[in-house]
Amino acid sequence: MGLESELSHIMSNNSLVSISDYSKEEILSILDSAAKFEANPNRKTLDGKVIATLFFEPSTRTRLSFETAVIRLGGSIIGFSDAATSSSAKGETLNDTIHMVSCYADAIVMRHPLEGAARYAAEVSPVPIINAGDGANQHPSQTLLDLYSILKTQGTLENLTICLVGDLKYGRTVHSLIMAMSHFNPTFKFIAPDELKMPDEYKLFCRKKNIPFTEVNELNENFNDADILYMTRVQKERFQDLMEYERVKNVYTLKNDMLAHSKPNLRILHPLPRVTEIDPDVDGNEKAYYFRQAQNGLYIRQAIVSKVLGLNP
Amino acid sequence: MEKKLKVAALCNGTVIDHIPSDKMFKVVSILHLESSLNQITLANNLESAKIGSKGIIKISDRAFAEDETNKIALIAPNAKINIIRDFQVVEKRPLSLPNEIREIVQCTNPNCITNNQPVMTRFHVLKHDGEIMLKCHYCEREVKREDAKIK
Repeated sequence: MGLESELSHIMSNNSLVSISDYSKEEILSILDSAAKFEANPNRKTLDGKVIATLFFEPSTRTRLSFETAVIRLGGSIIGFSDAATSSSAKGETLNDTIHMVSCYADAIVMRHPLEGAARYAAEVSPVPIINAGDGANQHPSQTLLDLYSILKTQGTLENLTICLVGDLKYGRTVHSLIMAMSHFNPTFKFIAPDELKMPDEYKLFCRKKNIPFTEVNELNENFNDADILYMTRVQKERFQDLMEYERVKNVYTLKNDMLAHSKPNLRILHPLPRVTEIDPDVDGNEKAYYFRQAQNGLYIRQAIVSKVLGLNP
Repeated sequence: MEKKLKVAALCNGTVIDHIPSDKMFKVVSILHLESSLNQITLANNLESAKIGSKGIIKISDRAFAEDETNKIALIAPNAKINIIRDFQVVEKRPLSLPNEIREIVQCTNPNCITNNQPVMTRFHVLKHDGEIMLKCHYCEREVKREDAKIK
């Protein structure tokens, strides 16, 4: 049994920790469910349910969209958005916090600064855990909303050419996207400066799955054959040489005129927040999809919360 | 004759031979022999035609479960385990790495939950292109077997 399927089998309580916990069929089922929630986002299917949102580190979009998802389904929210106001500030272990909260809530949405915190919480929790980000490790609801955005804009997930741009070394969203898209026969182009190149383990993963990929250093118009241009933030703190950062940050800025020769169906995604990597002059282009992508997060999170609680859309 | 003096024969128990000298005390630690009440004979820096310099451990009146001895495969994959009864070798046990290693390895990721909270470590043993890697069950970081940090 491979590690991915092994992990999916040990999840005893429907938790969602990593995108690899879901099979292709489960991913497609979530996307199908999200489409139904998009058609009718206000329901009372969570009436009487209490969902805890435990944010041990700050988050704006993810927390608000999970909470909106629950409220629009008629559920109630308890929790905290800052670890300083929680009992962890007094030294309580994660194990104890999870056991305590699971006495009150039907499911727990958790973001934690330590990698592996969500997997551990899922092991000790009697109620489902939804990982809303564990350090630099996994953020599966982001990956699912990325997939939903790709599906909505392209009409399919199969046989697409996807350019991943920017911080491919540390960016957890691009790593998870590679794993999730591996079910759908993609072609990847990795566009990153040498300092932020795609790590070998993900290139090895692609080779094992017979997924073709190319690597280039410059953005330019290297995405003209792409269906999806997935931009990520190049973070200053990742560079040892700040001169190099200054050089690179402008090279990796997407401007509207660079889109002139791109495919008509190209759509630009970004997990947000963006800083300088997409010029505001792109925002008006019909190919800019990043704000609607964030909105898709609501429907995906409605689908995820319903699935972990065993509720049909 | 000289060899016999260095490592006296064992009546009943377990002999772990062909341990690279620099791994000898790691093996002692992995098997928690420091807290064992059995008679234990340790010898190290013995000449070895195969590996140059080796260690040997003899533990009287103790048999180890396979999952215990397999932990040795992590740091000394070519060590030999012999089970002795009445001065005879009754079993030559091959070493093989278990699919999962618990507790004895420390995650190299300082931001891993196992390095910050009282959580027992778990690693999955994977093979990538013939190279053995350990993948942290929690933070998912991979490390080469030879770079694994033994607690």
